[in-house]
Amino acid sequence: MSPRDLEPAADDEGPALVRPYALVRGRTRTSRTDATPVESIVVTTHLGSSASVPLERGTILRMCETPHSLAEVSALMHLPVGVVRVLVADLEGEGYVHINLPAARHADGSVDRVLLERVLAGLEAL
Amino acid sequence: MTWLDVPDPFDERADAMPVKLVVCGGYGAGKTTFVGAISEIVPITTEAPLTELSIEIDTGAVATKVATTVALDFGRISLDSGLVLYLFGTPGQARFRFAWDDVTRGAIGAVILVDSRRVQDAFPSVDFCEARGIPFVVAVNRFAGSLQHDLVEVREALVLDDEIPVLGVDARSRADAKGTLIALVLHALHNTD
Repeated sequence: MSPRDLEPAADDEGPALVRPYALVRGRTRTSRTDATPVESIVVTTHLGSSASVPLERGTILRMCETPHSLAEVSALMHLPVGVVRVLVADLEGEGYVHINLPAARHADGSVDRVLLERVLAGLEAL
Repeated sequence: MTWLDVPDPFDERADAMPVKLVVCGGYGAGKTTFVGAISEIVPITTEAPLTELSIEIDTGAVATKVATTVALDFGRISLDSGLVLYLFGTPGQARFRFAWDDVTRGAIGAVILVDSRRVQDAFPSVDFCEARGIPFVVAVNRFAGSLQHDLVEVREALVLDDEIPVLGVDARSRADAKGTLIALVLHALHNTD
């Protein structure tokens, strides 16, 4: 799929014909106990690749054949993060996507030292 | 929206792990410029986390729940070994503070950008990071060739602990942005000792 397929219609200047939250029937909460962080990376599974899913949900599955963060999906689809969160949580529940969450914190809330060292090495190599 | 047209260096590693830093500061301090200086994508804007916010309607005693969104800028840096670093700019205006918790949750650190002519605009960001225990560095954006002594004045004005790094930067400079992020991660590492 070319990136162009992911572009919102360029001539779409008017208001959306469907209010964004109607896509998720007004839901702002998901099955996850915590809201999925905005940087979480969404990856379409093999099951999702072969599924025939229409509309916005299908667009997410095609887009996330290449991993994209929740924030990127939101921006590319011109949908609020809150809506994408619900759509993606549903897709995860159906086995169509996997969500790579950020590394967990230590019990005291501190960040893992090894992770920080990996970030540091990565930045220094830029 | 042209950034999709450029080759995407983010390879298709399905195991990519996200890491997040936030860029805070007052309105106009240069947050989007800073993110754009180092991001591999042109900073893009999404509508920020939906938050249900209770507001008092001043014409009566009724508290009303309203759905609120706010524009949110972010950029991306693919690091080696499958880490993808996201830089999120927090909305600068105080009225958007309700969004900060959602955006900053899980961040490994924060860059607080300061316009040395309006240091007071950074007060809410410093308060926020200190209260949440988010490691941060202060980057003073040199808009008009401001001098080194500004850094001391900024440190005093913000009442910063001695170990908090304060750097002078040109927010348009990739090298300065990179140096600031490295200083931040080093500072965060120091905090884990």
